[in-house]
Amino acid sequence: MATADTSAARVSIYEAASANRWRTILLVTLFTALIAVLGYFVGEYFAPGGGLAALPIAFALSIGGALTSYFAGDKLILAQSQARELGPAEEPELRNIVEALAIGLGIPPPKIFVIEDSAPNAFATGRDPQHASIAVTRGLLDKLDRTELEGVIAHELSHVGNRDIRVMVLVTVLVGTVALLADWMWRSMFWTQGGRRDRDRGGGGAILAVIALALAVLTPIIATLIQLAVSRQREYLADASGALLTRYPPGLASALRKIASDKEPLEVANKATASLYIANPLKDAPAFFDHLFDTHPPIEERIKRLEAMT
Amino acid sequence: MEIIVVLVILGALAFFFIGIYNRLVTLRQRVKEAWADIDVQLKRRHDLIPNLIETVKGYATHESTVFQKVTEARAAAVAAGASATPAERAQAENMLTSALRSVFAVAENYPQLQAVQEFKDLSENLTATEDKIAFARRFYNGNVRDYNTSLQTFPTNVFRRHVRIQAGGVLRVGRCDRTRGAEGEVLARH
Repeated sequence: MATADTSAARVSIYEAASANRWRTILLVTLFTALIAVLGYFVGEYFAPGGGLAALPIAFALSIGGALTSYFAGDKLILAQSQARELGPAEEPELRNIVEALAIGLGIPPPKIFVIEDSAPNAFATGRDPQHASIAVTRGLLDKLDRTELEGVIAHELSHVGNRDIRVMVLVTVLVGTVALLADWMWRSMFWTQGGRRDRDRGGGGAILAVIALALAVLTPIIATLIQLAVSRQREYLADASGALLTRYPPGLASALRKIASDKEPLEVANKATASLYIANPLKDAPAFFDHLFDTHPPIEERIKRLEAMT
Repeated sequence: MEIIVVLVILGALAFFFIGIYNRLVTLRQRVKEAWADIDVQLKRRHDLIPNLIETVKGYATHESTVFQKVTEARAAAVAAGASATPAERAQAENMLTSALRSVFAVAENYPQLQAVQEFKDLSENLTATEDKIAFARRFYNGNVRDYNTSLQTFPTNVFRRHVRIQAGGVLRVGRCDRTRGAEGEVLARH
């Protein structure tokens, strides 16, 4: 029984890794298409017939964005989260846990970062296991004991082993870019309304403007939904493969319980980076959108699944 | 026309077998690498032990039999590492584990020793090394399992005898299983 479970979970790790390769390609394609459409309408909006001229710019933008987030996304995210890399002699217990678990997964030990914040949380980032980093908050180190810390680190290393990190970096940086662009477009339309547009254009221009408006409103929503679609299932999988790695599901379960019961939001987290963390760091989800916009599966459900493993 | 069809089928079959063979070689290579990981950690444990003995000796002066046993077990484990089969090695390492356990049991009786920073560092290092051995062993066993599964399932099992690839053996090495951490929690795993 135990053997069957183990091999099933191992197989699902390899499947997750190859599924993530496809997801990465799909994501970059979608992103490029989205930016191209957005660019076309922005071009049409500012100069009728200028949409096609804006396409090369849009493509250059999206390819530049994808390359930047592939090669430097992890550094951007770590810098944004004010994470500091640990020196070789700092936190020997944490380093030992990370190194031991990395051996268990057969990956090189990732770089370790600490965020000086008392809210307990952690995330992993990077583009592949050879270029991976793990960040934990000071609160996590202070509030969890060794088995709980092992559970959290094993969860994060599973994200590294599953190649979740690359998808998540792309999602975080690209979705962040889309949100920024849409935001900017929305503002520029708002400020020029009633000006040039009404004077220079007939009905066709108005229709284009409506479409552009709809896109500007829909894009961040679509982007958010993409982000959520790729992030919820993977948390369950990372919980399961993390528990498989430590052979001790109660460690992670009790860590999740501690993290969930901590009411303090993490200062350095924002909407773009929230889905990277092991548990939602924002703690302020509005009730109405609770389930549509949840970046994480409910923690009680995750704990329940972990407890069912023992 | 018919020749082309035959050639295409033969080509497809060739690719199929090359694919299976390469997969097996990859899996066997992973097993070997995983074994090398264990080796590194076992060596590290061997290297830590003399320092530990020196440190404990300075405080526990009347326990020479215990030290004798650990030193001998270590020498046997080092020797087994150079030549013996995996099973013999596992046995030697298990002897070393139980000898180490008695060293830490002895150390419990010397509160002064417990307070020495060097002893604390050595204990943390040894705990970490044993963790790493345990995880390296787990990774190795997982790889052996994958390798054996692919050897024993269709279609590999049909022509396995002709390619001379052998199944790997699972390794069992016990841990020192000492209490650890400030709260003294014992980890009951496996």
